[in-house]
Amino acid sequence: MLLTRKPSSAQKTTTAGFVARTNSALGTMDRRAFLRRSGMVAGAGAFASQLPFSMIRKAEAAAAPGTEGKMEIKRTVCTHCSVGCAIDAVVQNGVWVRQEPVFDSPINLGAHCSKGAAIREHGHGEHRLKYPMKLVNGKYTRISWETAINEIGDKLLKIRKESGPDAVYWVGSSKHNNEQAYLMRKFVSLFGTNNCDHQARICHSTTVAGVANTWGYGAMTNSYNDMSNTKCAMYIGSNAAEAHPVSMLHMLNAKEHGARMIVVDPRFTRTAAKADQYIRIRSGTDIPFLFGMLYHIFSNGWEDKKYINDRVYGMEKVKEDILKKWNPKAVEEACGVPEAEVYAAAEAMAKNRPSTIVWCMGQTQHTIGNAMVRASCILQLALGNVGTSGGGTNIFRGHDNVQGATDVGPNPDSLPGYYGLATGSWKHWAKVWNVDYDWIKAQYASQAMMEKPGMTVSRWIDGVLEKNELIDQESNLKACIYWGHAPNSQTRGLEMKTAMEKLDLMVIIDPYPTASAAMPDRQEGVYLLPAATQFECAGSATASNRSIQWREKVIEPLFESKPDHTIMYLLAKKFGFGDQLLGKANGKQNIALKGDEPVVEDILREINAGTWTIGYTGQSPERLKAHMRHMDAFDVKTLRCTTDVVDKETGYNMNGDYFGLPWPCYGNAALKHPGSPNLYDTSKHVMEGGGNFRANFGVEREGVNLLAEDGSHSKGADITTGYPEFDHVLMKKLGWWSELTEAEQKAAEGKNWKTDLSGGIIRVAMKNHGCHPFGNAKARAIVWNFPDGIPQHREPIYSPRPDLVAKYPTHADKNAFWRLPTLYKTVQDKNKDVSKEYPLVLTSGRLVEYEGGGEETRSNPWLAELQQENFVEINPKDAEARGIKNATFVWVTTPTKAKLKVKALVTERVASGTTFIPFHFSGWWQGKDLLDKYPEGAAPIVRGEAVNTATTYGYDSVTMMQETKTTLCQVAAA
Amino acid sequence: MARMKFICDAERCIECNGCVTACKNEHEVPWGVNRRRLVTVNDGKPGERSISVACMHCNDAPCMAVCPVDCFYKTEEGVVLHDKDLCIGCGYCFYACPFGAPQFPQAGAFGLRGKMDKCTFCAGGPEENSTEAEFKKYGRNRLAEGKLPACAEMCSTKALLAGDGNVIASIYKQRAKTRKKGPEVWGWAMAYKEDANIAAQEVKS
Repeated sequence: MLLTRKPSSAQKTTTAGFVARTNSALGTMDRRAFLRRSGMVAGAGAFASQLPFSMIRKAEAAAAPGTEGKMEIKRTVCTHCSVGCAIDAVVQNGVWVRQEPVFDSPINLGAHCSKGAAIREHGHGEHRLKYPMKLVNGKYTRISWETAINEIGDKLLKIRKESGPDAVYWVGSSKHNNEQAYLMRKFVSLFGTNNCDHQARICHSTTVAGVANTWGYGAMTNSYNDMSNTKCAMYIGSNAAEAHPVSMLHMLNAKEHGARMIVVDPRFTRTAAKADQYIRIRSGTDIPFLFGMLYHIFSNGWEDKKYINDRVYGMEKVKEDILKKWNPKAVEEACGVPEAEVYAAAEAMAKNRPSTIVWCMGQTQHTIGNAMVRASCILQLALGNVGTSGGGTNIFRGHDNVQGATDVGPNPDSLPGYYGLATGSWKHWAKVWNVDYDWIKAQYASQAMMEKPGMTVSRWIDGVLEKNELIDQESNLKACIYWGHAPNSQTRGLEMKTAMEKLDLMVIIDPYPTASAAMPDRQEGVYLLPAATQFECAGSATASNRSIQWREKVIEPLFESKPDHTIMYLLAKKFGFGDQLLGKANGKQNIALKGDEPVVEDILREINAGTWTIGYTGQSPERLKAHMRHMDAFDVKTLRCTTDVVDKETGYNMNGDYFGLPWPCYGNAALKHPGSPNLYDTSKHVMEGGGNFRANFGVEREGVNLLAEDGSHSKGADITTGYPEFDHVLMKKLGWWSELTEAEQKAAEGKNWKTDLSGGIIRVAMKNHGCHPFGNAKARAIVWNFPDGIPQHREPIYSPRPDLVAKYPTHADKNAFWRLPTLYKTVQDKNKDVSKEYPLVLTSGRLVEYEGGGEETRSNPWLAELQQENFVEINPKDAEARGIKNATFVWVTTPTKAKLKVKALVTERVASGTTFIPFHFSGWWQGKDLLDKYPEGAAPIVRGEAVNTATTYGYDSVTMMQETKTTLCQVAAA
Repeated sequence: MARMKFICDAERCIECNGCVTACKNEHEVPWGVNRRRLVTVNDGKPGERSISVACMHCNDAPCMAVCPVDCFYKTEEGVVLHDKDLCIGCGYCFYACPFGAPQFPQAGAFGLRGKMDKCTFCAGGPEENSTEAEFKKYGRNRLAEGKLPACAEMCSTKALLAGDGNVIASIYKQRAKTRKKGPEVWGWAMAYKEDANIAAQEVKS
């Protein structure tokens, strides 16, 4: 029987027209187009839909609401995580009115998570910082840009004069596009300091250092897309379903075709909910678990012996160490995982090759992060999984451009492109910048300071607070510029507040005021400058898979905001080095100006001109823009374009290219290197994106060969054994020098492939001889230049297990490490029994709705509505023991004595003994809402307690990564 | 003529809320009104599964049956729409709906309910297609533009499918066959009086 028998009285007023139009609209779609719209077809062929609207317009007689006025479609890329989801923004009369999915994007096929699907709110920005402001008697007061630049400039010049250039700390951003991030490093160099950093420090610095030192480049080896080719994936320390949701599109596809999925995490995450096997480890014990797996792999002879022989150094010693230390009993004692589970994971990874490993902050943010990531690399090397499609180490980066900002941005220990800070590196970049080397040197306190790595963003507070005689620079920090970086993502919030209050000057340059504006109790000496978002300017961003995508400018800067690179130029002009920033000298100017805005394409061309090391040289603006206009040309599984597709605007043919020319894209654009989809892949020719491990660590060590063995080389290489990197001497020895043109010979004389500005050495080695410019060597299972050459488990500084602290103690204290004394053993010893008072492990992580410090996303009503309060996840057993009820307020306290007021979320997601708090919240301070401390109308909609207000001391022994994943706390009902 | 339906693939849904914000964004739905939402079972435990839920545009829609002012109507494509000019905000439909789809903005004194609001399958309402008036009351009319609902088009893992019932069923069937898992489609038995195990059915496409 039907419930609804009566004919309805309500009707469409224009039924006939409606049906007709609907029919005609649907009629324009063939099955394929329909499937694309329902998101089903992987790939998408040549069906004309650069603009999904074009087909609709023809069919649509009636205009969409308010279609009068100019309607434009701008292609951009989501600015939240590093997946790089493309978006078509519909702009009408300069207003961003709608967003449409880009089904043609090989990366996301139109898919978005809640953040990407809510991105248009950036075009409204009601909670933005709207104009420059200055703190006057404890209240933010509006000022003009001119006043702001003049006052900030004068104050910084005064500090520079009185205390030296190193007294100013510049916190840059992974939300800058490549051009801005690069310009920022240059800007800071021209100011005369290396005291700059950005989110990568606290994101994947341990990965970059650990992985680069293992085999060459510190980046994701394969791609999100390539995960659909895997047979088994193990996520360890990654909650991709929340942190990189669209990556799951490719993984779930692989899984449906039979791939196994393993998740290793202290929490049963939403990613774990999709896994075939979930393994719960104790926070901070990744090495015992990974080496426990390797114990089984070696014991059963599952390792790839030929691969290890040909391409890996030091595995024999690592094997010895593992078999000695990590038998199943020791593994279970340390990480809490029984033998059968470890064995099952090892067997799955070994017997379903190619298998891949994914990690994120769960591995990196530890005092031994550099060792954890190397343990992951060793697992993949033992299985012969690196350099193969479906394998690799898929390291998911965090911010949309944290990869690019790491590659070319404001790093304290390197000039763009990982060139380091040696004299030769400075001379290389000075030449590219068209700035006199000696002029730059004079800007610094001394040549020694010019070549000494700066402080890190994780420690700038100690640059303010530490006793002057203990720091490795002349003055303490007097000013801090937070340029696109949240403060609540760094640990030790209590001390951060003190440091902020002690500074002479704080400047916050950001689309939002951020917690930096509200945290310190200050009366004056704080300036807020409104920066434009990436939708209000153009530029390129590097996704985690190293593909570079070009964003078109969607709208003009909102309110009084200005793009970051414009602000850099205004400040540079005030400081007196505007011309140097633009590379204007001797009748030449690298970067043109449009009004006060440096031309973004010109900045990219300058990056192209100098960044040979990692192949940021082939990605000209023209090639990148052509790729963005023809996303449908690229295959979803391989990212490659395999037919002739010619871009009308540039005449450029994309045939052979990989989408976004994933770096390394060697040589200049004319060489037409296609980009490298999967690093170190010997099954491909170097001109087809193939490669091998990098020769960066010498040719032998203690009599042992470090170069690849005979017969191991990239496909088609003229040299069929290991070889060192190319320089002018090697070229001459091989008799290849004559293949350089005369002009190239002139430029390459005395240079190597990284400093030859003509690109001739690269061209001849790659194109004529199929050889890799960086040589062909073995990966290092032992990184002898690190504190623990073979990765060693060491208990967190704040460990819940005093018995294991005795067995696996932390490092000895260090002096003058990144200019600061850094404590390990002292703090661990002092807190050996602190778990009596603070018995619960406190870990932190992401929520899908928010990103980073959360200022943008908590200011977006479509997202904010979904997560309105911060919370602590606590196991029912622990809650019961403390009389805590679900959804009631509790106080979380840590050994720093900070207290956080959050709601209890009683859940089995965490094991008894572990608690979890998401890190995106700010705006409360130990129970108090700071609403009245924000500029009026610019506070985020959702405010809450920042977990990092209460986090503790602890830093990685190589990179100064902060420990956020394992500390201790107590929870009590409020 | 296509018969429009939704499928949410619980094997794929990762509870990212992309569908929820896509809907908010496209229709500028105010805070507090959720045309689409996520429901999770076994949260935080093995067996955790999520489903994205909105109006399913039932064959024999209970909301239509109970509405005292008869404000509902069904399009030829099977989309259940309503007329806000007729709606009196009584809330009967809310009690009748098995999916909790009808939403009421809490406007007015004495807890007075405003006009009911719900998922339109991005098909607008009785006003002239794609007009300002239609947009203000019901949101965008994507179907009239030849597009499918924003929620499904933007789904992060392609878990949420929207479109012609036969086409999406065949897609789902193929998926279930490939992975040998999850043959049952949540909500179909209730909404469309069809065997939920569509993977076992013969689907015409």
